[in-house]
Amino acid sequence: MSFINYSSREINCKIVYYGPGLCGKTTNLQYVYNRTNPDAKGKMISLATETERTLFFDFLPLSLGEIRGFKTRFHLYTVPGQVFYDASRKLILKGVDGVVFVADSQIERMEANIESVENLRDNLAEQGYDLDKLPYVIQYNKRDLPNVADVSELRSVLNTTNVPDFEAVATKGNGVFDTLKATAKLVLTELKKGS
Amino acid sequence: MVRPQIVMYEEEFNQIQDVCEKLVRDANAIVVFIVDKNGQLIATAGEYENLDTTSLASLTAGNIAATGGMAKVLKENEFATQFHEGEHQNVHIQIVGQRVILVVIFDERSSLGLVRLRVRKANQALNTIFETLVQKANDPNASSPLEEITDDDIDNLFND
Ligand SMILES: Nc1nc2c(ncn2[C@@H]2O[C@H](COP(=O)(O)OP(=O)(O)OP(=O)(O)O)[C@@H](O)[C@H]2O)c(=O)[nH]1
Ligand SMILES: [Mg+2]
Repeated sequence: MSFINYSSREINCKIVYYGPGLCGKTTNLQYVYNRTNPDAKGKMISLATETERTLFFDFLPLSLGEIRGFKTRFHLYTVPGQVFYDASRKLILKGVDGVVFVADSQIERMEANIESVENLRDNLAEQGYDLDKLPYVIQYNKRDLPNVADVSELRSVLNTTNVPDFEAVATKGNGVFDTLKATAKLVLTELKKGS
Repeated sequence: MVRPQIVMYEEEFNQIQDVCEKLVRDANAIVVFIVDKNGQLIATAGEYENLDTTSLASLTAGNIAATGGMAKVLKENEFATQFHEGEHQNVHIQIVGQRVILVVIFDERSSLGLVRLRVRKANQALNTIFETLVQKANDPNASSPLEEITDDDIDNLFND
């Protein structure tokens, strides 16, 4: 749910990174955090377990610049990918303006990717959102690993609706900003349409 | 699809700000802030200069979301009030009109009883303001700053 503040002249939007456990959601946010000027970002918050698995969420507030005198601010969140944290995932999706699905390209994670997309669709539907009508971008992560599925195969299974998609190596930053920018752009375009 | 946006106008913002500032004084509080349930900071008053209010806002919303989830499991409506007692500072959290969250941070110069009392008053005032806001936002004639934004504006934001 975007928040438009005429008083402080700000537009605030919420982007959620979704995907199976260990696919690289937190790594995406860490890279964005490390490569953003201090004046354009707030603190990154990670509510994680002792083994650095996301427990509730990661949060990173970002400023992307001004449009017509309005500051655009994006709140980036990741969900916990582990299956049993489903209740928390639902909570994080509340008020979402755009979704990034981070897929793990490794062949053995294909099943987990499919399950996670279905889980995303169900959890959105529960809150009255339709994934097909939401700004949505897919990232095929971990392209640096040897045991990855072809992009064409990932695409045919995970991107049946032909949304923007990107290959990525989140640990090195490849594709991370492309993914974020594409999502932010879709969100702003959607806001403009809805207004 | 229904995409309810929160919209804040100058007039209501000033009213909300006034309520927060009054609450700081009346409750002898250190800081008062208001967050929406998605973690967007709406207003802040008191000694917040050295406080990371953006982080606090997101964590408050996360906290309320988690407690709301617990309430659901227990088939409770919601837990409208929370209190956290620290060694030096205490936090009182109140859900206002099921929409926004009012947070009061205070120390030994105040007391839970006083904070509770003053929060109840502020709660009523805020409820009225937020109801007006919702009505304004639902007005089909309301204009949006986004109407004038062009695709080029959006593209330009991403050209670096
Ligand atoms: N080789 C490789 N490893 C990656 C890549 N992206 C992330 N990783 C690693 O994968 C592991 C898990 O990454 P996280 O970002 O914590 O995964 P997550 O999706 O947040 O996991 P949950 O919090 O459990 O949902 C870490 O060890 C990362 O360094 C990548 O592109 N290539
Ligand atoms: Mg994580």
